[in-house]
Amino acid sequence: MRKKYKLLILILIFCSVKTFSQDTNLDSILDEQMKAKTKNQTQYTEATFKTTRLIDGHTVETTQAGVLDLKVSHRFGTLNQGFYNMFGLDVASMRIGLDYGLTNRLTVGGGRSTFEKQYDGFLKYRLLWQSEGKKNMPVSVTLLSSVMFETDTIALKTEKEISVSPRTSDKFSYAYQVLIGRKFSPNFSLQLAPTMIHENIVDSAFNPNDLFAVGAGARFKLTQRSSINVEYYYQLPGNKLPGTYNTFSIGYEIETGGHVFQLHFSNSTGMTERTFIAENTGRWSKGDIHFGFNISRVFTIKKPKQLKM
Amino acid sequence: MKNFFAAFFLIFFFGFKGFSQTYITRNGNISFSSHTALEDVEAENNEAVSVLNAATGDLEFKVAVKSFHFKKTAMEDHFNEDDYMASEKFPKAGFKGKITNISSVNFSKDGVYNVSVSGDLTIRDVTKPISADGTITVKGGNITVTSTFTIKRKEYNVIGEAFVQKKIGEDIQITVNCAYEKQ
Repeated sequence: MRKKYKLLILILIFCSVKTFSQDTNLDSILDEQMKAKTKNQTQYTEATFKTTRLIDGHTVETTQAGVLDLKVSHRFGTLNQGFYNMFGLDVASMRIGLDYGLTNRLTVGGGRSTFEKQYDGFLKYRLLWQSEGKKNMPVSVTLLSSVMFETDTIALKTEKEISVSPRTSDKFSYAYQVLIGRKFSPNFSLQLAPTMIHENIVDSAFNPNDLFAVGAGARFKLTQRSSINVEYYYQLPGNKLPGTYNTFSIGYEIETGGHVFQLHFSNSTGMTERTFIAENTGRWSKGDIHFGFNISRVFTIKKPKQLKM
Repeated sequence: MKNFFAAFFLIFFFGFKGFSQTYITRNGNISFSSHTALEDVEAENNEAVSVLNAATGDLEFKVAVKSFHFKKTAMEDHFNEDDYMASEKFPKAGFKGKITNISSVNFSKDGVYNVSVSGDLTIRDVTKPISADGTITVKGGNITVTSTFTIKRKEYNVIGEAFVQKKIGEDIQITVNCAYEKQ
């Protein structure tokens, strides 16, 4: 009899445990599954910035593979030109350019600016990509190498104070940037940009050909589709050409499926690294403030094969 | 006394039987699509979880909204945003219902059985009754459930901005294809 009782108790325990697990909770299964996935896979941070330019400068973002990004950027004249020139609206300087994503990490691009009739080309490589999960990376790091070719000989001669015709090599400048960015939250992203500009020719032997600067930029999201962007480039002491000033820009950005519109105020006319980091002659305090906008339109040239990255 | 034990035993035996008639999947496939002249929207989720009770016909599904994947990165980003699925606020979607003609399915005999399901579908915390037709395929003790049905996205507050309305159909076709195993 005792044995039977023992057996009964055993069966009871066995069955009650089983029945308990029969009441399957799908929520907890799904939660566990998601947790395991988060741990075992790498989630790459998307959209640290909306597009590959913050205002004048590059962001850590690269163009998606197979996507062509058409950039049209305008800078009107300075606000201090008064009512007669409609506060600068009568004057416009523009850059039109294309960026193309060779891979998700490598972008090639180029453009032409009306300012100093300049052509530019660049290569941009995303060395590190901010991620969570299996691979934990706190920041994104993107390397930028760009070359600028100024074809406005008259402007070049005045600027560099040379009387003879410049050689072709004198028209080249180069910029190298290490862009370090982090998306701290869906609403706030920050980046730093140590920069070196090399100019093949400068106006006097006392001025360095290599100029070092540090840039900083941030995005504060207002709504799902819009944000406030700020950007500042600081020329390090001893790396400043005479009569140049640091560039500060502030803008509003809005995305409407495929387009990104950026409206901003800046003290720089130029929109390439050489012009807005090393050779900006405008000052906020004097009212040399340009209203301007960038339009970015993406076209999918090559359809992506796989689902996401 | 002996009868008492026998009764107990029987009850437990049947309890056990009932248990063994639960089928489960952790990697069910649920996809949806919408087609308009301007854009085809297609997404797939291979991580749906579901249980089916073969004795009672109780059927339940749960999916993580973030596990739906699209071919276009931008489309997937938008899908998770507040205007569409708001996956941060509503991370899961699910269905809880019953196969109404479960008795017509013979789980011990291989074959394809037509079934009708009705229950409640929950998307973005909006719960609406739906019913759908599908099939249960029994093969070697395991089963596969398939079904295709259509829902109206606006009933579940999946609206989107004004400028995309022409690109996304009002009706969204949902396809379920889940292979279960015995729990």
